[in-house]
Amino acid sequence: MADLLLMAAVFAGASVVGYWLISRIPPRLHTPLMSMTNAVSAVTVLGALLLFADDTAAVAKVLGALAIGLAAFNLVGGFTITDRMLRMFGRHHG
Amino acid sequence: MDNAWHGIIDLAIILLLFFGIWRFRAPQTARSGNLAAALALVCAVGVVLAGNPIREPAAVVLVLLAGGCVGWLVALRVNMIQIPAMVAFQNGAGGGASFLIALVELTRQGSELAWVGQFSGVLGIVIGAATFSGSMVASAKLASVLRQTPVILPRHGWILASVLAGIGILATLAVLADGPVVLCLALALVLLSLALGLVFALWIGGADMPVLISFLNATTGLAASFCGVVVQSRLLIACGATVGASGFLLTHAMCRAMNRNLFKLLAAADWQPAAQGSQTSQAPAAAESSAAAGPPDSSQPSPLERAVAAIGSAQRVILIPGYGMALAHAQFEVVQIAERMKALGKDVRFAIHPIAGRMPGHMHVLLAEAEVDPDILFDLPEINSEFRETDLALVVGACDVVNPAAIHVQGTPISGMPVLAAQEARQVVVCNLDESPGYSGVANPLYADPKTILVLGDAKLTCGRLLKALGSVQ
Repeated sequence: MADLLLMAAVFAGASVVGYWLISRIPPRLHTPLMSMTNAVSAVTVLGALLLFADDTAAVAKVLGALAIGLAAFNLVGGFTITDRMLRMFGRHHG
Repeated sequence: MDNAWHGIIDLAIILLLFFGIWRFRAPQTARSGNLAAALALVCAVGVVLAGNPIREPAAVVLVLLAGGCVGWLVALRVNMIQIPAMVAFQNGAGGGASFLIALVELTRQGSELAWVGQFSGVLGIVIGAATFSGSMVASAKLASVLRQTPVILPRHGWILASVLAGIGILATLAVLADGPVVLCLALALVLLSLALGLVFALWIGGADMPVLISFLNATTGLAASFCGVVVQSRLLIACGATVGASGFLLTHAMCRAMNRNLFKLLAAADWQPAAQGSQTSQAPAAAESSAAAGPPDSSQPSPLERAVAAIGSAQRVILIPGYGMALAHAQFEVVQIAERMKALGKDVRFAIHPIAGRMPGHMHVLLAEAEVDPDILFDLPEINSEFRETDLALVVGACDVVNPAAIHVQGTPISGMPVLAAQEARQVVVCNLDESPGYSGVANPLYADPKTILVLGDAKLTCGRLLKALGSVQ
C-alpha cells in the first residue's frame, strides 16, 4: 500500500511540476518542446532494460529487444532533432 | 540504505530533467535545456545498466546502439516540413515500446503482480498500442503517404463504440484472470487497441493534426507512466507523467486556438462540414466566386504589379504565413521579402497563428529554418490589435487563419476560432495557390473585399517575382 501511495505521489507530483514548468514555455518553442518530451518518453527503455535483468522466455526477449530498439531510436532521434531545431533558433542571437 | 541511495539518484535525475525543461523558457537557453534533458536520460540508462545484472549485455548494448544510430541518422536527414511526421513516428515508437514492455511484464509475472500492477499493465497495453497505431496513421498522413482528408468508415461511430466496449471487457477479464489465459487476453487486447488507434486517427484530417499529434504525445507519456508502475520504476513514472502533462497542455492550447472541443473532435461529432473542404470539391465554387467578382479591367495593371505598388507605398506591414507557404517551400522567399522591406525602411512584422502549420509551433520552426529574425515574429494575441494601424497585411498561403467568417458567421466549422484580423489592415495582399476555401471548406470573404489584391499561383513563384520587383522599388 505504501508503494502504491508513493507511486501515486510521484505521478501527481511530476504532473503538477511538469505542467507548471511547461505552461511557462512560449508558443514559439512548442515544436522543439514536443520533440524533446518525445525523446523523454523514450525513458521506457529503462523498463525494457529491466526485462533483461531476469531470466525470461525467448519470445519475451525478442519483444524486449524490439522495445529497446524503438526506445533508443526515440531517445537519440528526439534529442538530435530538437538540437537541430534549437540551433536554428539560436542562430540570430549569435 | 541502498533504497535511499536509489531514491536520491532518481530524484537527482528528475531534477536535472526539470532543469532542462526550465531552460526551455527562452530560445537562447533552450538548447542547453535540451542537452540537460538528454544527459538526465543517459544517466538514467547508465544507472539501470550498472545497477542491474543484465543477462545478455552484449546483445542489449548492440540493440541500444543500433536503435540509437538509426534515430540519429534519421534526425539528421529530415527537413523542417517533415518534423511533424517525424514527431508522430516517434510518438508511435514510444507507444510501441511501452505496450511491448507492459505485455511482457503482464504475461511473465501474471499473478505475482499486485492488482495495481496488473491494472497498470493493462492500461499500458491499451494506451501504448493505440498510440502506436494512431501515430503511425498520423505520421503517414503528415508525410502524405496517406491522404490527409479524414477517412470515415461506414458506421464509424458504431465501430468505435464496439471496439471500446471490447477493450473494456477484455481489460476487466485480463485484470481478473490468472494463468496462461492472461496471455491470450493480452494479445487480443493488443489487437483491439491497435484497431482503436487506427479507427481513431483515420478520421482526423490535415488541419486537425496539431490536436491529434499533441494528444498522442500525451498518451505516449501516460503509457510510459503506466509501464513505470508495472516495472516499479519511479523514474519512469515521473518522466511519463511530465510528458503526459506537456502533451495535454499542448492539446488544450491547440483546441483553444481552433475553438474545438477535444471530445467532439475525437468522437468525430463535428466532422461532416469540414469533410467537404477537400480542394477538388470546391473548385467549381471557386470558379463561380471569381466570376462573380467580375472580369478584371484590361486597362488595369496585373495583380502582381498592384501588389508591388501596395508594398511599395506601405510603411507598416504585417506578414501572415500559412501552411500553404510551407507546402510551396516559399518560406525562404518570404523571409527575404521581409528583409528587403526592412531594408527599404518599412516596419515589418510576422503574425503567427497558433495552428499555422501541422503541429504546435511548427511555423516558428519553418521560419527559423529560413533564418528569420526572431524579434519580428509575433503570436496572435500579441499582434492582433495592431492590424488597425497597419498599411498592408501580406498573406502567404493562409486562408482559414485570416478568415473573417470565423467571427461574423455562425455555424461554420471555424466559427468562434480566433483569427488574425488581416481585414482590418488598410490593404491586403493574398498570395495563395487559388481562391478555393482553406481546409475548413468555409469561403473567405476577405478575398472579395475591395481592398484585397489576390495574387494567385504557386507561392514560391509569386514571392520570387515580388522579391524581384521589390528590388526595383525605390
